[in-house]
Amino acid sequence: MRREEIRVCVLRVGGTNCDAETKRAFTDLGVKSEILHVNELVKHRNLLDYQVLVFPGGFSYGDYVRAGAIWARWILAKMGKELKCFVEEGRLILGICNGFQVLVEAGLLPGFDGISSYPEAALATNSPPGYNCRWVYLKQETNGKCIFTCNIPENKVLRMPVAHSEGRFVFAKDKEKLYLERLLENGQLVFRYCNKNGEYANGRFPINPNGSFHDIAGICNPEGTVFGLMPHPERAYYWWQHPNWTRQKQMPQYGDGKLIFESVIEYLTKNF
Amino acid sequence: MTSNLYLQRNTPFRLLEINILQADDSQLLEVSRNLAIGLNLLEMKVIQKYFRKKGRNPTDIELQTIGQTWSEHCFHKTFKGKVRINGKEIDSLFKTFIAKIVEEIKPSWCFSVFEDNAGIVTFDKNYGIAVKVETHNHPSAIEPFGGAATGVGGVIRDILGVWADPIACTDVLGFGPLDLKFEKLPPGVKHPKYVYMGVIAGIGNYGNNMGIPTVNGAIYFDESYVGNVVVYCGCVGLLPLEKFKRQAKPNDVIVLAGGKTGRDGIHGVTFASAELTKESEEISRPAVQIANPIEEEKLKRAIITIRDLQLASSITDLGGGGLSSAVGETAKRFNCGAIVELEKVPLKYPGLAPWEIYISESQERMLLAVPPKKIERVLEIFKREDVEATAIGRYTSDGVLKIYFYGEKVAELDISFLFEPPKAVKTAEYKFPSFIEPSFPEPEDLTEVLLQIISSPNIASKERVIRTYDHEVKGNTVLKPLQGEFDGPNDAAVLKPLEDSWKGLVISCGMNPSYGKIDPYWMAAAAIDEAIRNNVAVGGRRIALLDNFTWGNPEKPDRLGSLVRACEACYDFAKAFRTPFISGKDSLYNESPLGPVTPTLLITAVGIVPDIRLVVSMDVKEPGNSIYIVGQTFKELGGSEYYKLKGFMGYTVPKVRKVQAKKAFNSITKAIDLGLVKACHDLSEGGLAVAATEMAFAGGYGIELHLKRVPTKNFLRDDFVLFSESNSRFLVEVSQKARAEFEIVMKDTVFAEIGKVTKSSQLRVYGLRGNVIVDASLNDLLAHWKYPLKKE
Repeated sequence: MRREEIRVCVLRVGGTNCDAETKRAFTDLGVKSEILHVNELVKHRNLLDYQVLVFPGGFSYGDYVRAGAIWARWILAKMGKELKCFVEEGRLILGICNGFQVLVEAGLLPGFDGISSYPEAALATNSPPGYNCRWVYLKQETNGKCIFTCNIPENKVLRMPVAHSEGRFVFAKDKEKLYLERLLENGQLVFRYCNKNGEYANGRFPINPNGSFHDIAGICNPEGTVFGLMPHPERAYYWWQHPNWTRQKQMPQYGDGKLIFESVIEYLTKNF
Repeated sequence: MTSNLYLQRNTPFRLLEINILQADDSQLLEVSRNLAIGLNLLEMKVIQKYFRKKGRNPTDIELQTIGQTWSEHCFHKTFKGKVRINGKEIDSLFKTFIAKIVEEIKPSWCFSVFEDNAGIVTFDKNYGIAVKVETHNHPSAIEPFGGAATGVGGVIRDILGVWADPIACTDVLGFGPLDLKFEKLPPGVKHPKYVYMGVIAGIGNYGNNMGIPTVNGAIYFDESYVGNVVVYCGCVGLLPLEKFKRQAKPNDVIVLAGGKTGRDGIHGVTFASAELTKESEEISRPAVQIANPIEEEKLKRAIITIRDLQLASSITDLGGGGLSSAVGETAKRFNCGAIVELEKVPLKYPGLAPWEIYISESQERMLLAVPPKKIERVLEIFKREDVEATAIGRYTSDGVLKIYFYGEKVAELDISFLFEPPKAVKTAEYKFPSFIEPSFPEPEDLTEVLLQIISSPNIASKERVIRTYDHEVKGNTVLKPLQGEFDGPNDAAVLKPLEDSWKGLVISCGMNPSYGKIDPYWMAAAAIDEAIRNNVAVGGRRIALLDNFTWGNPEKPDRLGSLVRACEACYDFAKAFRTPFISGKDSLYNESPLGPVTPTLLITAVGIVPDIRLVVSMDVKEPGNSIYIVGQTFKELGGSEYYKLKGFMGYTVPKVRKVQAKKAFNSITKAIDLGLVKACHDLSEGGLAVAATEMAFAGGYGIELHLKRVPTKNFLRDDFVLFSESNSRFLVEVSQKARAEFEIVMKDTVFAEIGKVTKSSQLRVYGLRGNVIVDASLNDLLAHWKYPLKKE
């Protein structure tokens, strides 16, 4: 399909707050994206009119209970069927920060055997505890299977900011080894926290900003069509968002975050 | 309570009639006390006269409404009243020293100043910038988390209250020493560590959850903040100027939107207009409100939609005084009266008396005036966002406020009476304190002194706090609070608020409470200078200022005297720099069992930069570049961090020389615009030594400085040159290629090339006699700077 035919739905609910900049990134790349309140989607719209669904960052429903938990339940209850259909048709779902938490809570990620009826992983409270806003380095780990990074060479180091208090990716202790193996086998492990030279954090703060298991920053489903990450690519889209731009003699036109949005569009224009 | 003073009316709900027609003076005061409305005898007598003329007694809700409207918090009686000092009478500090500047210099870019809850200046020809900074000291002392969170929530509503979309928050905080011994705490005062943790969590919680970046701020520590925590919360908003509506008319519907109303925040304003005592905890806990940022996030979305569709005729927030202030002020502003049906207000739980509903300060509520034809659409928009909105009455043409509760008229007051409280006359006096300049030998190891100074609480890194605030959300933060790989402190934050424009918004602040202990006049001058030079250092210009006063009890002449002195400086320097005040807020009565707060003036500066690509950060960029100092260094160490370290106060408080300062500001702006500046950092607490240290470790390169090249005024001690806190000074990094041109641009200022950026990772300073006096590794400096708050 042509670029201008692509339709992106940036979903929001009370407490969502990264919708505008997420939409801005897609719009800048020439695709049609709109911000929709879930009430509007449920009442007046059809999810299947879109090729991409985005759960942006924020504090959906105040993140009371557990980050992302309420919105995940709400979505499954109100439009579980459409969502299942959306995923099965190979349409794309992106979850950023709170959106990642929603996808994990909803059982869409890691989604080893399709959509799970219970969360197979969790984004637990940070270690060290507390909200943390800083730029981190990420290493791209997949060989092109994840659609959201299909344009990014394997082992490339990217820079983006994180800002969250619940981003520590964990599996149940007794399944840790097994699930990690499955992630690796399936090519689902997309981003790991590393230093600027690409050496893994190995849990060291602040290179790994939240104590994530295996330095995991972002994963996709086995098909590579559903992707969630804690860092914010939409805040690393333009050069002037970069924390060090005042030091550079020559800045690149864009930040690393753009690569993710571009990958999505590249895939859709070729495959749909 | 004296029983014959109060009479329950024959209603199915609680409604008292207060027999003030026959009351004597002591009974009038008793009523004021019993109803906790905080009015004095003069004010009570004016009320008595009003009701005698009406020939009836007032109800509790009427007296409460008057009490709220006339409170210091809502009416700013001290700033608007008369002050007698040294045989002169000043009619309104506010008019004489603050608001007059904008009237005198008439800047074309001031759109709405001191009229609404926030000041508005133009940003470009279509957009305006709304700014407001609130004080939330009293509630934060009682309940640090809730007090600070609702401070942020409140100031964001001030911005929504002028139809602006909030795009950035700021916060400046003052705490007691975190290592204070528990034995030193009097009953009823919370430990600074507890207050610090709660306040910071509260601020982060509200701004982060609402998705508004917290981009600028400061934290100060002072003994006097143990009993009186200082919490300043600021917010900046963006609005399309043509959508700015304020034209409510009779018959417009009064719409209350947002959170439900409960008993939280009853008498918040009267509590904020009194001293804290050891009973405050018990008595005033209900005065602190409960925060729910998600409710306000939804409210914000609906309001921006209503603004864009231009469906409402006016808007205001519900803050201090709740409905009583919001309805009254709107009616007054548009020469209307109002009819309110209080039973329509959605409640958190049943059982509230009418007066409680009317003055409750429950959070996340806004009040709109909507023409009857558009009411359906407005309510529909709120519903779409899951926000409760209710029509609770309408504006009328008779200038009278009438309040009903289930059909029973419970209040009838003339709006004109409500807004004409008797003018307060207060007495002020000011005596200069008798500090003496200390005399002590120059320390031998100045490297050690520098390490101690950069790890002192006021100078040490606040990274631990800053990172708990989201400063990136919305993706428009161009210059962040922390700079470079090693997190140096930038002088100001820069935002790029519009997608299709390179124009930037520059936010900075200045505050120097320790100078105020020597002379509040020079404290105010220094705060103004600091706020402006921070703005200028990154590329800001066309600066508007906001004032926030935290002072002690103005009934005490010495407190008021020092306030007058600070106000005088505000006028003198803001006028000289042509930086008008556009908004402000005062918090008086900051007294606890430990005594008054040290007078604390916060100046917030909001500038613009025509193109964000011009913006300069504070980290040194490249070895071989020259380091210049701009501005003259005087022997001004009174109230400095260096003297404090040595255990002295001194009296040589840093002054501001208007002409020199202005030249320095203008020349720096010019040099930045010509692209001649690689890095620029202002000199403030800790002086030259601290500024150079921060620039070096933020950039990851060493700096070599020669003190004998620093332009000084006849003083010959290395330590004084290193640590003097003279105002209006900058350190500037300039490439060899740009040196000649830079020197031409700076020709009207006092400046000198004093050193170089080096490849080594050492900060090395050569003293007046040419010997090395400071030699420290960047790692060591960085570790000392970062450590203190890290351990907390």
